[in-house]
Amino acid sequence: MNRFAWLLDRLAYEPRRNAKIALITDYLRTTPDPDRGYALAAMTGGLVFRNAKAGLVRALVAERTDPVLFAMSYDYVGDLSETVALMWPARHGANAVPHLPEVVESLREAGKTDLPRLVASWLDALDETGRWALLKLITGALRIGVSARLAKTAAASLGGVPVDEVEQVWHGLEPPYAELFAWLEGQGPRPEARDPAPFRPVMLSHPIEDGDFDKLDPAEFSAEWKWDGIRVQAASGLRADGTRLTRLYSRTGEDIAAAFPDLVEELTQDGALDGELLVMRESAVQSFNTLQQRLNRKTVTAKMLGEFPAHIRVYDLLVDGEEDIRHLPFAERRRRLEAFLSRLASARFDLSPVIPFASWEELTAARADPVSAGAGTDAEAVEGCMIKRLDSPYLAGRPKGYWWKWKRDARLVDCVLMYAQRGHGKRSSFYSDYTFGVWRSGEAGEELVPVGKAYFGFTDEELLEIDKYVRKNTVNRFGPVREVTHDAGSGLVFEVAFEGLQRSTRHKSGLAMRFPRINRIRWDKPPRDADRIDVLESMLQTKG
Amino acid sequence: MTLARQSARWRPSELLVPTPEGLFCPPAGIHIDPVRPVERALITHGHSDHARAGHGSVLATRETLAIMALRYGEGFAGSQQVAAPGETIRISEVDFRFVPAGHVLGSAQIVVESRGLRIVVSGDYKRERDPTCAGFEPVTCDIFITEATFGLPVFRHPSAAGEVAKLLESVRLFPERTHIVGAYSLGKAQRVMALIREAGYAEPIYIHGAVEKITEYYQAEGIPLGEVRMVAGTDRKALGGEIVICPPSAAQDLWARRFPDPVTSFASGWMRIRARARQKGVELPLVISDHADWDDLLATIREVQAGEIWVTHGEADALVHWCGTAGLKAKPLHLVGYGDEGEAEPVGEVSDAAF
Repeated sequence: MNRFAWLLDRLAYEPRRNAKIALITDYLRTTPDPDRGYALAAMTGGLVFRNAKAGLVRALVAERTDPVLFAMSYDYVGDLSETVALMWPARHGANAVPHLPEVVESLREAGKTDLPRLVASWLDALDETGRWALLKLITGALRIGVSARLAKTAAASLGGVPVDEVEQVWHGLEPPYAELFAWLEGQGPRPEARDPAPFRPVMLSHPIEDGDFDKLDPAEFSAEWKWDGIRVQAASGLRADGTRLTRLYSRTGEDIAAAFPDLVEELTQDGALDGELLVMRESAVQSFNTLQQRLNRKTVTAKMLGEFPAHIRVYDLLVDGEEDIRHLPFAERRRRLEAFLSRLASARFDLSPVIPFASWEELTAARADPVSAGAGTDAEAVEGCMIKRLDSPYLAGRPKGYWWKWKRDARLVDCVLMYAQRGHGKRSSFYSDYTFGVWRSGEAGEELVPVGKAYFGFTDEELLEIDKYVRKNTVNRFGPVREVTHDAGSGLVFEVAFEGLQRSTRHKSGLAMRFPRINRIRWDKPPRDADRIDVLESMLQTKG
Repeated sequence: MTLARQSARWRPSELLVPTPEGLFCPPAGIHIDPVRPVERALITHGHSDHARAGHGSVLATRETLAIMALRYGEGFAGSQQVAAPGETIRISEVDFRFVPAGHVLGSAQIVVESRGLRIVVSGDYKRERDPTCAGFEPVTCDIFITEATFGLPVFRHPSAAGEVAKLLESVRLFPERTHIVGAYSLGKAQRVMALIREAGYAEPIYIHGAVEKITEYYQAEGIPLGEVRMVAGTDRKALGGEIVICPPSAAQDLWARRFPDPVTSFASGWMRIRARARQKGVELPLVISDHADWDDLLATIREVQAGEIWVTHGEADALVHWCGTAGLKAKPLHLVGYGDEGEAEPVGEVSDAAF
């Protein structure tokens, strides 16, 4: 348990992806089975304990500590697991530190009556970091900035295999993954993928550049709309006992099926589909903002299912029945997909339409005006085009030369820098997160209202210059945030690019930008010449 | 009649009273750790929030006086007087005695005693072993005036040796990266270096210019810190795998970014709280404190057997609450001007100037 706790502790403070991978790989290499397997399960969300919950932790700490001191401490620390871990009163002569496998197996098996005594005895035996790790394990949310994909990447690097190979066998495995480690360390065969609905690593595209079209023959390509939703993979198959297993995966392979029963129950054919998760009402695609109501949830209520009906706009078929067709050309897969969807006959799954074009000029025109080019009322959810070679196989990762994305041109607006905050990781000493605003008429005359926050889009050299500017022009400090001079005559203007704009009640301006970034720094422009909120308001209206 | 009145026992507030300048002893006309210039000051230790320049006269330990002279120049006060540890100095009818506090080199508690009433002013203190200074000596008293920087039960400092082991483990794991350890330039920096040596690390340790003078002083006082080199004048890009000690603000500043892929570390009791570490962008927090943690605050209060506890600064409310549950009379003094560990140090100019 101590070594696992040490690992979580280091990961929680490590901002850099590669360093996180190095830490996990080092742990997996130097830790025996089954400990490392349970650790990997914890990091990939593979451990669920029915009876161990946050309420149990609260009850335990209430028995052991003064309620006033607990309240003061919780208020100060702001995290239940951490507060309890830190203030748990030591009981000398406690039994030996538990091992991770013992903890995991007991948490799985112990009943509600045994758990409190058991957890209390572990808390007695562990140090602060150990207690914190144990409580994170129990409450379920590690929150250490490690995704399942990252943990699998670290496992894959043990054996020097691509992470996608681990993904392919992953869903046939159970913690503590002894077979997986044996294979990765060259001690055993590759585990069989027995899962009837495994995740297949997705194929990604490259952004198209202006010069690319000259080299490409439009006759060899197909185009579709690029939908502003969430990339998902839906897979379904029969278990050995003949029952159906359907899974819905995020693009990184996290199983999100539990939150989408409306989709899962509709996929009643064997196969694996690649498509865009959208919310549709009365056959019309809703905005990304609406879709967000359904995202990042472990479960879903009947009310949400009714209000935000989920839908998949399908653009590829990876497995048809039991046949893996990823090696077939895109055009052939597309024909198979059309047949698949007509067999499935579900209103929740529909085909992503192709955009007819004979020349790149025609496609350019379609992209500029999706409404009349076939997207109709759904045009609002279009964020550009996808261009795919008709003969492209379905390959994991981002292979060159097959698929391109051609996003709509970003909208631009001139904003004034208002606040700056230090960044993380490599940028931890630089002011690299910027809140910017536009002008509006306030009670006391013209005022700036914040409309967004951006932390990329500039070069390292520009970052240094902005950082210097922030330090020299600070007028106020609020903890890690600096308020920067921003009045009509002096301040810094950013040309901000963004993809979409939505009404939002959470923001003071009533607006929320999607993917805002610093497009250009307008050192030359006085803040009084920055844009007014009307410009943004008008963009909203033209959209609707 | 007159004699009888003079020898009547003081009410505590007649012997020591909180004022905006700091604790004041009316019968002796002295302030303890005054935050503004006063006529006569008794100073517990050399940290800048307790030891300020510009007093008429200063009474402090030899080490504290030397540290003040290093920081402010020889003329930091009108006159100086050395207080030898354990020796009683009478001012008017009040006896003052300096007793080691275990906080930093030269740090002392001040025992104030008159007419049978004994008050101990702890200053900042800790109970954990520190190879760079004399350990805290508990003195029984009627009133114990304690700090409470870490006066919440979430503050339980782990062993400093274990924290240093974490640092050395990280150096082993990332041999190409420079480990930048933010540490208060008086006391913490030298203690961390001494602990690193005790852990068997024999490579040179690099230091920021702001740490130089005090480190040299510690070495001159016979505290073994091994080979210490200045960062200034070396090629920072060549310091991959080395340990660099600097003031906390420099660790977060551009100064620190010029080393190869630095690991940002910070040695402070605040590092116990994850959010505090994250806010500061600390990747390797080391919970090493020169203040008593919660358990040691309680143990010390029990040990000195005082009937009444006054809390000067820090998380006073929780400690006062605990005293109540333990049947002790207690009150917060809400003294202002004493900073958080490692966060009060004004080194911004120093680090900016050190590019």
